[in-house]
Amino acid sequence: MPPPPPPPTLTDTAGPLGPGEVAGTVKPVDLPRKPLVLGDRSYHWVTEKVCGICEQKTPTWWWWSFAIACGIASFTLMGLVYLVATGVGVWGLANPVNWGWAIVNFVFWIGIGHAGTLISAVLCLLQQRWRTSINRTAEAMTIFAVVCAGIFPLFHVGRVWFAWWLFPLPNANWIWPNFRSPLEWDVFAVSTYGTVSVLFWYMGMIPDLGTLRDRAQSTWRRFFYGTLAMGWRNSSRHWHNYEMAYLLLAGLSTPLVLSVHTIVSFDFAASILPGWHTTIFPPYFVAGAIFSGFGMVLTLILPLRAVFGLHDLVNQYHIDAMCKITLATGSMVGYAYAMEFFIAWYGANPYEGFAFINRAFGQYAWAYWIMISCNVISPQLFWFRKIRENTALVWIISIFVNVGMWFERFVITVTSLANDFLPSSWGYYSPTIVDIFTFFGTFGVFSVLFLLFLRFLPLIAFSEVKALSLPQADPHNHDHPQNQRGQEARG
Amino acid sequence: MSAARPQDGVFGIAATFWTAPDIYHACEKVRDAGYRRWDSYCPFPVHGLHHAMGLKRSRVPFFTFIGGMLGFLTGLTIVWYMNMDYPLVVGGKPYFSPVFPFPIFYELTILLAAFGTLGGMFITNRLPRHNHPLFDYQPFLQTSDDRFMIVIESSDPAFDPDRVRALLEEAGGEEITVVAPGAQAA
Repeated sequence: MPPPPPPPTLTDTAGPLGPGEVAGTVKPVDLPRKPLVLGDRSYHWVTEKVCGICEQKTPTWWWWSFAIACGIASFTLMGLVYLVATGVGVWGLANPVNWGWAIVNFVFWIGIGHAGTLISAVLCLLQQRWRTSINRTAEAMTIFAVVCAGIFPLFHVGRVWFAWWLFPLPNANWIWPNFRSPLEWDVFAVSTYGTVSVLFWYMGMIPDLGTLRDRAQSTWRRFFYGTLAMGWRNSSRHWHNYEMAYLLLAGLSTPLVLSVHTIVSFDFAASILPGWHTTIFPPYFVAGAIFSGFGMVLTLILPLRAVFGLHDLVNQYHIDAMCKITLATGSMVGYAYAMEFFIAWYGANPYEGFAFINRAFGQYAWAYWIMISCNVISPQLFWFRKIRENTALVWIISIFVNVGMWFERFVITVTSLANDFLPSSWGYYSPTIVDIFTFFGTFGVFSVLFLLFLRFLPLIAFSEVKALSLPQADPHNHDHPQNQRGQEARG
Repeated sequence: MSAARPQDGVFGIAATFWTAPDIYHACEKVRDAGYRRWDSYCPFPVHGLHHAMGLKRSRVPFFTFIGGMLGFLTGLTIVWYMNMDYPLVVGGKPYFSPVFPFPIFYELTILLAAFGTLGGMFITNRLPRHNHPLFDYQPFLQTSDDRFMIVIESSDPAFDPDRVRALLEEAGGEEITVVAPGAQAA
């Protein structure tokens, strides 16, 4: 039996090889990519799946959920009506803790929003294609979270009818806002964040709204989606400008999202209170915000996937990726907790040192240890694939993350205020029933908005899914089975 | 607007394609044939199609830049004006400096740049335009689902129905149809 011919190598041919010959000789390694959409789906399937959700008859469960959500939201309404009618005294705020649940809830909700922008902007710049299955939902979550967040500072000012004084508009005394105050920076940061998130969300939705318009059967749907779609007609010349605009908005949102929570952290860090006056706050707050936001994305997307049967579009790949980001940011948060303690000791400031010992072992130790177990310990479970693949467990851990991050803001706000420099002015803060009702109700406000979004708007950015997550969308992928049709027609 | 042509009343000739590679190569052919007033329609942005169509770089960044500059200067102006209008000594510091209110400039830069970007996208795309002759061509509505289409418009100086039809056929187009607003083309 003759020996098999040796495999061709670069040195087999006489003389140096030209660039074309090298390309012809060396075959690139073909590693199989994990599919982002399972089941080898077609474009039409994706359209039908996502549009079908807002075109079907309103499901019964939706009405039930909506009614319950409205009921919960009414707690916020009643809480606020009572507050405005009576005065801020109905909240548990009293010396020395004059920042209580209101600021805690504000930072909690605004932090949740951050994952939406991170998914839509930062992951877009990093070309993470798995984002397309979840970015629309996450962006919607951002906007509704900002709405919930805005309620608290607005009503915290006390006389809410003067809230417009926050904006630099001339009031009766011609006094302008103090631009040295981080609270004023907050007004600009949060209102910009809300506005830009809406713009980004809306622009991303225009092509999908065009699809809904083209499929619309009834007149009101054609009018509703037609108006929102702005006459979008999928022209490639339009796509060209649209993609540039999308990239630019992603580029603008990235520094924005980092700045918003940085400025929120300035509310604390620019003060002189022990436990607040630290330079680690901006990055620590941003990491915490992304952490809590991904917790909330998981909390929302896992039930949606089950209810609407989106398992091909949001598959284990996406859940894995989200769990890993939660793990990474959760570890960053844990590192920040440790580093705060180290600096408190290393800084040799007795007040700072006391503030941290007091956090962990003082009168609010129960809150501190809830925070540590939810934020530092529970996400560490995501190291294990078995746990990431157990959807129910992932969902439960995501709830823990949400709880933990609320407690983080509570610990930061309340422990530093309750026990500051002078033991004679120490106090203990407890929320009143009005505080609790108002915060509880914001989950209803959020759910009402989110349910309306599910009912009327496309919950997955399907034109992006088609472009980035389906392999047949690559114009050079001639070998894909779904790209054979045109070639057969040509013969 | 231009001289009367035999194609008056005709918007253009449309050809349907079914896959991304097909529309990509067809666009290359139409581009190389030298047509100017034509367009392709895809349910999603096909990667690199602007090269196949010979499009220039988008002008949206110009609007972003204008918006961003406007935002920065607005921030600078309002803080300067308001500290001059009502001079308030805070911590013995000067009334104005570009440093302490920087977050205001920063946020307003981003805010107006974002508006500039969205506005620029609408301006460069000549949107909103709710009425377009192609919307009357029923199969066109499927380009937002899974069809791809090339339309060579009758306003192109080189428009000749027979040659356009031949080109689109050669490029692999199916259901080649004359799109005439008002009259539903068969």
